[in-house]
This record gives sequence, C-alpha cells and structure tokens, in this order.
Amino acid sequence: MKILVPVKQVAVLDEDFELRDDGLDADPDFIDHESNEWDDYSYEAALQIMEAHGGVEVVPMTVGPEDAEESLRRCLAKGGERAIRVWDDALTGAGPATVAKLIAAVARREGADMVFAGTLSADHSYAMTGICVAAELGWPHVAVVTALEYQPGAATATVHRELEAGLVEKMTVECPAVLTIQLGINQPRYASLRGVKQAKEKPVDELSPADLGVSGEELAASASFRLRRMFKPARGQAELIEGTAAEQAARLASIIKELRGAA
Amino acid sequence: MSGILVIAEHRRGVLNPATLETIAAAAALKQVKPQPVAVAIIARNPDEFVGQVNAAGVDEIIKVAVPTDTFQSDVYEATVAAVVAARGPAVVLFAHTVDTWGYAAAVAVRGGFGCATDVFAVRYEGDALVATRAGYKEKLHMDLDFPGRQTVVLTLRGNVFKPIEEPGSAAVSAVDAPAVAARTAHLGYIEPDQTGDVDIAQAEYMLSVGRGVGEEDNIEQFKELADALGFTLGCSRPVADNGWLPKSRQVGQSGKTVVSCKIYVAMGISGSVQHMAGMKHVPTIIAINKDAEASIFSIARYGVVGDMFEIAKELRNHC
Ligand SMILES: Cc1cc2nc3c(=O)[nH]c(=O)nc-3n(C[C@H](O)[C@H](O)[C@H](O)COP(=O)(O)OP(=O)(O)OC[C@H]3O[C@@H](n4cnc5c(N)ncnc54)[C@H](O)[C@@H]3O)c2cc1C
Ligand SMILES: Nc1ncnc2c1ncn2[C@@H]1O[C@H](COP(=O)(O)O)[C@@H](O)[C@H]1O
Repeated sequence: MKILVPVKQVAVLDEDFELRDDGLDADPDFIDHESNEWDDYSYEAALQIMEAHGGVEVVPMTVGPEDAEESLRRCLAKGGERAIRVWDDALTGAGPATVAKLIAAVARREGADMVFAGTLSADHSYAMTGICVAAELGWPHVAVVTALEYQPGAATATVHRELEAGLVEKMTVECPAVLTIQLGINQPRYASLRGVKQAKEKPVDELSPADLGVSGEELAASASFRLRRMFKPARGQAELIEGTAAEQAARLASIIKELRGAA
Repeated sequence: MSGILVIAEHRRGVLNPATLETIAAAAALKQVKPQPVAVAIIARNPDEFVGQVNAAGVDEIIKVAVPTDTFQSDVYEATVAAVVAARGPAVVLFAHTVDTWGYAAAVAVRGGFGCATDVFAVRYEGDALVATRAGYKEKLHMDLDFPGRQTVVLTLRGNVFKPIEEPGSAAVSAVDAPAVAARTAHLGYIEPDQTGDVDIAQAEYMLSVGRGVGEEDNIEQFKELADALGFTLGCSRPVADNGWLPKSRQVGQSGKTVVSCKIYVAMGISGSVQHMAGMKHVPTIIAINKDAEASIFSIARYGVVGDMFEIAKELRNHC
C-alpha cells in the first residue's frame, strides 16, 4: 500500500523586491525558497498512517528544478525511503493543471493507493493542484481535510472537511482517493539530526515528463491559463506612523483614544 | 460558445450570498459584451432558490434537481458538465469557496476548459477575457488569459463584487441531472465550538496577534496589553492551530468574522485573504508588521513598520 505525497518548494519574496524585466515574475535575486507549509501536514498525515500499520510506503514527490530537491530531503529526514523529482526546463512557469498531469502520471506509474496533496500553496495559492490530480486519475476527492481515519486497504476513508466559519462536515470517501490536507490536521514533527543525515543517502529518482509518457504537446495543452503579466498592486491608503518605537506607540495610543472618544 | 453561466451555491437550505456577487460580476461583463447570463441551481429542490437568484441582469435560471441535499463533488462535477454541454457558455463563474475548491478545477480539467481561481477582477481586452488574481501572499497581482479555450471557469473572491439587490425577470428552465453514483457520502455536520470565554464577533475593539508572536510564552504579554487597553485578544490561524489561543479567538474564513469591531489592531499578521475575510470590513485597522510589503498594510488605515514586541512594550506606558 502506497501513499504519494506531492510537495512544493514555494517562493518567498524578500521584503524589498523588484520585478523581472519581462514583467512575468519577481526578480529571482529577491526570492528565497522554502517548503510549502501545507505539505508538512500532508506528509505528517501519511507518516502517521505508515507508522500505525505495516506494509505502508510513503513517497514524497515534487515537480521542480534541482534545488527543489531540498524539500524532498526535508521530507525524507522525517521518514520514507525514497523520493521522486520530475523536471524538464520546459516546465519553467508551468501552472497547476500541468503540474497535476505529471503528479497523476507518477501516481499511475507508482501504483499509488492514495494521494495526499496540500490544500494550498503559500506562493501562488491556486488551491487547484490536488483536485486536478484527482480529475486526471478519475479518482474521488475531498478538499480541505482536517481529520482523517483510514485503514490501509479499506474501501473508504472517513474525513472531516473544514467548511466556512468553523463548521465541519464529516464524510466518507471511496478509495483510492485524492485528499487535500489542511493546516492543523496534526502537529507536524521536526526532523532529527540523525534523520537529516540519513536523508542525504536516500535515493531521489529523477524523471522527465517523457519518462512518464507525457509529451510536450500534452503539457502545453494542459495549461489552464496563460500569464500575461505580474505587477505590484496599488497600495492602500495606510498612513504610516514614523519615528522611534516610543513615538509610534504614543501616536497609536492617541489615535485609539480619539477614536474611542468619538465612538 | 457564448454567454455566462453562474453556478449558485447553497448549504443547509441557505443560499450563499456570494452567489449574488457572482451574478454581479456576470452582469458587469454582460454590460461591456452583450451576452446572455444564466444561473444554474443544483439542489434537491431548486425551486427553493429561484426567487433569490432572480436578480437584475439574469436572463435564465436553470433548475437542476439532484438526489442530494449536501455537496457531493461527483454529482456537482457531472451536473455542471451537463449544464455546460446543454448551454455552451464561454464563461462559467463560481464563488471561491470551500465547496468550489473541491470541484471547480476538476470541471475544468475534465471539460478541457481554461481555469483560474480566487479571481478578484475580470474584464475583456478586445475579445480576450482577462482575469486578475494575486500571488506571493498578495504582494504581486497577475493578469491571466486563456488563449484557445472555448470555455473558461473562474472562481471569484468574496466581498469584491457588489451584490445585485435589484430583482430581475429571468425565464426559468430546467436541465436533467446526469445519473452519477457519488463516491463520497455525508455523515453529518459538526458545529463550531461555542464554548470559548468570549464571543469575538461581538467585540468592538480587538487586538489580534499572528505568527509574528513567535511562541506560546509570548502570548501573555499581548493578553495583558489587550486587557489594559480594554481590547479583546484575537489571533490568526497559526496561533490557534498551535493551541496558543483557543480556536474561538481565531479571526477569518474558518474562524469568526468580527462583525461589531470598530478598531482592529493586527500585530505580526501578514494579511492572508483568509484572515482578511474576517476583518477587512472594520472601519479602523491598525497594522503593526516588520515587513513593509505585508499585504495587511493594503487594508490598514494606520500602519507601523516595526517590531510588535517593542511597540507593545511602549504602548503599555499609555494605558
Ligand atoms: C481554507 C483555509 C482557511 C483558512 N482560514 C483562516 C482563518 O480563518 N484565519 C486565519 O488567520 N488564517 C486562515 N487560513 C490560513 C492563512 O492562509 C494564513 O496561513 C494565515 O492567515 C497566516 O497567519 P499569519 O498572518 O499570522 O502568519 P504569516 O503569514 O506567517 O505572517 C506573519 C507575519 O508576522 C510578521 N512578523 C514576524 N515577526 C514580527 C515581529 N517581531 N514584529 C512584527 N511583525 C512580525 C511577518 O512579517 C509576517 O508578515 C486559512 C487557510 C485556508 C487554506
Ligand atoms: N510543483 C509541485 N510539485 C509537487 N506538488 C505540487 C506542486 N505544486 C503544487 N503541488 C501540490 O499542490 C498543493 C496545492 O498547490 P496549489 O494548487 O498551487 O495551491 C501543494 O500543497 C502540493 O501538494
């Protein structure tokens, strides 16, 4: 029984950043990378199932360039024996539906029984990828999962789906299934130093779309949108309070006092 | 393909008011490019909602009776696909909600449609439909288009398009729901925990802390500051998820909307869409964040770029 966990290395903008000359993205000089927060929770959910039952394999995977391997090693440091990285330079800038096509191809090739994606990516926040994977595979799916009961090999899983305003829905979903895992479903573990060291030795299979039987035409056709441009939004009207911390606090205190007096 | 199809959303017999915002977006597109606007109601008893979605600008209300009271992704996916096949719209609009996170993208993949989520502006440039959404924690916006796509699915951000109040005179029709076996089943709802010590929805003055608070031990000083100011302490999601404050104090989409709030002080909160969903209506928002580009400043009336601990310490001298 195998759980595939797609993880994303997300981009974080520096406090001062500039756009690239072509206006299609931020200048890479101002971008740092980190693991997507949601994927800590999905990976933890998979590891917990692995530890509670025999015969469960957890495989983290990513679609990303060489430096995205870091996110995979970060997973392997917590558990799991191998990872998969899919890449080809032609994938630069690929959107969620294209990434999902490749994740689905890996799920098929691996004979995965479940896919646990994150609910959202912290950089582009599409909230699409996991559901697109399910559509590619023709699998049932549930988005925004905050609790999970699953016995490996069972015909259904029982999940909580987090709705708006604190309401939760309890439901069952037939397996195999794609779940998108929400923050707070568990307490993700930290990797031990030993784990980090061991992870360096674990294999990361590198695959191209062609290895997965996905052609360049199929990838191009899968794009659900084309990016025209990125731009800095016009800023709101916030009046910035300058000065030392003491001066700033004094000003804030008087603003609050005045507004409350008026209210 | 032509025309705009809006998918109405409802839960437990109540129409999601965001549906009227979605209709407003459709009506605005129709103004610049004349085309029919249809609203599909997928429900066990669609008649319940017909009157409510009959807003100015809607030409047709399509009832689709399905054998389920609750959202089931398989049923909704197949049903939207059937309505699209029947009417051939160029644009399908949904509200960006937890339900549509769970199926709108699948509708697009299966139908070979274009798709963009969490869209907050949409327009035509020539014949091209252009959608605007945000990335990088709202620090950058992006314009997207959909070359070669006959049909485009968009999910629209809430509280952006002004809902239409004026009643309309739409024709009412019906489309048969396709027969599908749902592979999910509803077991029940779990109500939000109301046992919290305070109801932040009632609070007039709030001070909320976010992940910038760093660790659990730091909460106390902000609790004391809030008390001294006569403010109610709230938080963003990571603080509640970590158990540093009870879930009942969480402001935002999956927490509470601070309906009565007059002054909201946000400390160490970046301003995610989901947090802002619960507080961006507050007339006076004061943001304290060490990142000058944090998106919370885009909705704040007053901003301090600085360290929340230093400001908090200094503020204590004034109360
Ligand atoms: C379906 C769904 C529902 C959600 N519902 C909610 C919800 O109801 N409420 C909610 O809040 N979130 C919700 N979220 C989570 C949301 O996406 C964000 O992850 C969350 O709001 C981030 O919280 P934050 O701003 O505290 O943390 P971060 O985004 O990490 O921001 C921390 C901020 O603190 C600043 N900072 C750090 N140190 C300091 C310092 N010393 N002084 C000053 N500033 C400092 C940083 O510059 C940064 O801007 C939801 C997500 C999903 C997917
Ligand atoms: N490049 C990628 N490689 C692997 N998984 C990804 C990638 N992009 C997105 N995902 C998965 O999709 C989830 C949600 O991403 P998004 O649809 O961008 O909000 C992430 O938490 C990952 O599980």
